[in-house]
This record gives sequence, C-alpha cells and structure tokens, in this order.
Amino acid sequence: MNPITLQNITKTYEKGKVLAVDDVSFSVNDSEMFGLIGPDGAGKTSIFRILTTLLLPDKGTASVCGKDVVKDYKAIRGMVGYMPGRFSLYQDLSVEENLNFFASLFNTSIKQNYELIKDIYVQLEPFKDRRAGKLSGGMKQKLALCCALIHKPSVLFLDEPTTGVDAVSRFEFWEMLKRLKKQGITILVSTAYMDEVEHCDRIALMQNGKILSMDTPDKIIKSYSEKLFELKGDNKHKLLKDTMTYSDAVGSYASGESIHVSFKKNGKSDADIINGLKGFLESKGYQHIEIVPTVPNIEDCFLSLTKTEIHG
Amino acid sequence: MDKEMVIKADKLTKRFGDFTAVDAVSFDVAKGEIFGFLGANGAGKTTAMRMLCGLSKPTSGEASVAGFDVFRYPEKIKKNIGYMSQKFSLYEDLTIKENIEFYGGIYGLTNKQIKDKGTELIDMLDLQAEANKLVRGLPLGWKQKLAFSVAIIHEPKIVFLDEPTGGVDPANRKQFWELIYETADKGITIFVTTHYLDEAEYCDRVSIMVDGKISALDTPSGLKKTYNAKDMNEVFFQLARNATRSGD
Repeated sequence: MNPITLQNITKTYEKGKVLAVDDVSFSVNDSEMFGLIGPDGAGKTSIFRILTTLLLPDKGTASVCGKDVVKDYKAIRGMVGYMPGRFSLYQDLSVEENLNFFASLFNTSIKQNYELIKDIYVQLEPFKDRRAGKLSGGMKQKLALCCALIHKPSVLFLDEPTTGVDAVSRFEFWEMLKRLKKQGITILVSTAYMDEVEHCDRIALMQNGKILSMDTPDKIIKSYSEKLFELKGDNKHKLLKDTMTYSDAVGSYASGESIHVSFKKNGKSDADIINGLKGFLESKGYQHIEIVPTVPNIEDCFLSLTKTEIHG
Repeated sequence: MDKEMVIKADKLTKRFGDFTAVDAVSFDVAKGEIFGFLGANGAGKTTAMRMLCGLSKPTSGEASVAGFDVFRYPEKIKKNIGYMSQKFSLYEDLTIKENIEFYGGIYGLTNKQIKDKGTELIDMLDLQAEANKLVRGLPLGWKQKLAFSVAIIHEPKIVFLDEPTGGVDPANRKQFWELIYETADKGITIFVTTHYLDEAEYCDRVSIMVDGKISALDTPSGLKKTYNAKDMNEVFFQLARNATRSGD
C-alpha cells in the first residue's frame, strides 16, 4: 500500500476561474522522500492541503495511509504530521508550551515520543522558555518540525520548510529529514530551491498546477531533450545579451559563473554547434570565447520543460 | 581616474544593548556595480542594510550613501535610493497604473514625469493589456519585475534588493537578472541579498557576513580561488559553517 496516492486531482478557486491543481496523479512509496518542486503558484500548497484533509478537491480521489482524504479525514488527521509553509504555531506560547500543547492534542506527551524529536529538540532546549514568536527563523522551523512529529506520524507533509533560510541551515534541515526517513517516515516535501532536489528520492517538477516531469533526479537529468553547452568569455552581461540573439540556439541564460546555451537535437555534431556559435560571437568582436558541452542540472531541465510557456 | 563610489562604509557598527549586530564593517561599492550581500540568517545583513538605507542610526563608524552621510542626511538618502524586497513591494489592491502613480508621487516625480515614466515602464514590461488590472491577479514573476521597475522609477543612484527572487520560477528568475544587468549598465548600483548561491555568481563582487563581520569580499572568481572552491556554495559553507550565532 502506498502511503500517499493521488488520482486525477483537480482543484479550482474563485468559482472555477483559477485552476490551481490540474489533473494531478502520483503515488509516494513507503519511507520515500518525495519532492514537489516548483515556483509559487505551481499548486504545491493546494496539494498539501488536500492531502492533509484541509481542502476538498473538485475532482479526483486521494488517499493517505490507505484512508480516503474526504471520507476518512478524521483518521488521517491522527496519522500525519503537517508543517505548513507559513509559521503557524502559537507565537505567545513558549517553545515547551507549544510542544506540550500539540502533544496533548494527540493524546501523547513529549516524553513518550522523545526519541523521534531528540536530535532536533536538543538544539531548541536552551530556548525552551522563550516565546515562539521571539525565535529566529531557523529555530522556528525546528520547533515547527518538532510539533509536527510529536505524535509519531507515519507520513510527514512539509510545505516549503526551507524558504528564506540560509544555505547552511537548509543543508542541516535536509540532514534532519534524512534521519527521519531512515526511521521509516514517509515524507512529502516541497521547495522552490532547485538545488535541493538532490536530497529527494523522487521529485515531481510542477508549474501552473501541472506535473511537468516525475522521476528520480538523475533520470530527469538524463531525459533532458536538448544539447547543452557552457559558454565563458569576457564582459558577461553583454556576451549574454548577444548570445540571446543567436537564432540557432533555443535558450541562453546565465547559470552560475557561465552562460548556458541550449540547442535542439537535430543531428548536428557538438563540434559543428560550437564552431557555429563561436563564429557568430567572433563576428561580434569577442575574442576569448570558451564553449564546451555540459551536463544539465535540474534548473536546466525545468527551463527546457517550461520553454513553451516562457515565451508565450 | 578613480571609480565613483556610491556606498562607503568605514567601521560601521550597530549595537543593541550588549549585542553587536554589525561589527565594524568597511566596504565601498562603485557606481553601476552589482554588489551581492550574503550571509547566514542572523549574520547582521538586515541591520547593515537598514543603516545604509537611512532607517537605523549606526552606533559608531561612518558611512555615506549616494553622497550623503548616514548620520546627518538619512532623509536625503531615502530620496536617492530605491528599495524592493520580496515581502514588501506593491499594493495588491491597486492597479498596475495606480501603483506606478503612487510610487512616482512618493518619490516626488511631477505628474508629467509619472505619465511618461509610467508609459515607458508599461511598454518595457509589455503590460499594456494589464495596466488597469489589480496587481493581485498578476503572476509572481511579473509582480517582481514590476516591483523592481517601480523601485527605480525615480532613477536612484542605488537600488537595494532584499531577496528579490524568492519563490520565483527559474525562467522568471533569469529574466529578473537580465533586468538587473540592464539597470546596472545604465549606471544604477545594485545592492542585492539572496539565499540562492548561484545568483551570487552573477554579481560583480560579493561580500559574505558572518557573526556581524564581513569575513570575505571579492569577485566570485576571486573568492573561489581563495577558498579553493568549485562554486559559491562551497565558499559560503566554508565561511558560514563557523558562525556561532544562530539568530535572525
């Protein structure tokens, strides 16, 4: 039995005018870390709210731990942990009071499930008497995770837990999640940071309510359908602008320290493509141009999959 | 000839009680430069930025922004800078046109200037069809581009961008940076904070704050060389991992 299953889920707002989730289907396996990856407005939060029984879908069915999200909503609420995107603990209760409150809601105590939260709670303990509203962003995030775990859920829903958090704290947070996963907890997590996909077993790339692609991060990268090159040269701003006018390329954009240029796969050899672009740029007066084939990252894949929509 | 410096900070310090949020930071930013201002949560970025925007008085040290001293002329600074953040940008329940008129008015533009600038801006962003629609209904990527354009409607010397691209899809994030490049080419200085370390690579120079101090400041390639790192992510980890503060 899959702990999370969605079949043809559709959700609209404002009397059908806004299509938030568009016929989405996927399943998450036992003890899997599954990532919903996409920008704001992709439909990630609506999916979370449907699965946590806080929102009714317009169409389709979904189940969590084998229970239907509409009929068995009460049972589901006792079995899942949910960390919403917006900090939603009690700001004027202390760290310890918040935890106790959530524990008592689920008829349990901090003591009973301490093993599960120990790792995270020791970092919070020095501040246990501080009001939640006075905690730093990173600490709030840890407290919210503790509260979501206090009743030992079998499925954990984390809606953009790392948004606005610096890179080091984000990394540490993902390490925490991996330890939870090892203890058998299934995790559905969303993020708008493309570089975080490496922490997930499988991901769904989402935009405008639709899943663009769903697989392991490696396989999504392998299925990249264009040819990608890395371009380096002086005067990067101008170089990018000029490269964007090269009509043979289907995409060119800054990526890290270089520029990525993509081409359709149409039988042309790498050398031909490189010489073509080099000739074009040399005719514009560039001298020290470096072009090499490169492996795409998830962002390149996302850009390639959404291309038709960008220029629309 | 020396480059014109639009931000000069010398041992700039801010204390709250016995807590030193910003600890004697010194740096200059040149006209037209894209300056990345990085650091872990709690490193002191926001406090430093508030001092540079004339919103918070430094405890000690010196700084001038757009040619004005932060102690003596904070109001002049506010008129000569632009500011945009993900959290605060446009009024959702005003139309695009109304937002432009509102900000143009706030920045003291004449009615004619507002009209000309507004038309120019709407044309540039290709928003003619949406000009009289509420900002609320605009996709996030467009909102951010519009917010940025509005933040520079008075042609300030510097624009401060506080995590401008959070939550934006990759395509719009790239387009946003193209807009930043264009603005910098016109001579407007860009001072930007971000948690996306690939964006740090797009900056001319990057400073990294740790525990209230600037612990590194160089071009992205210079930083990578110094720290023997393959990308800015590695540079950031090497520096920020040693941070002792865990606050905000």
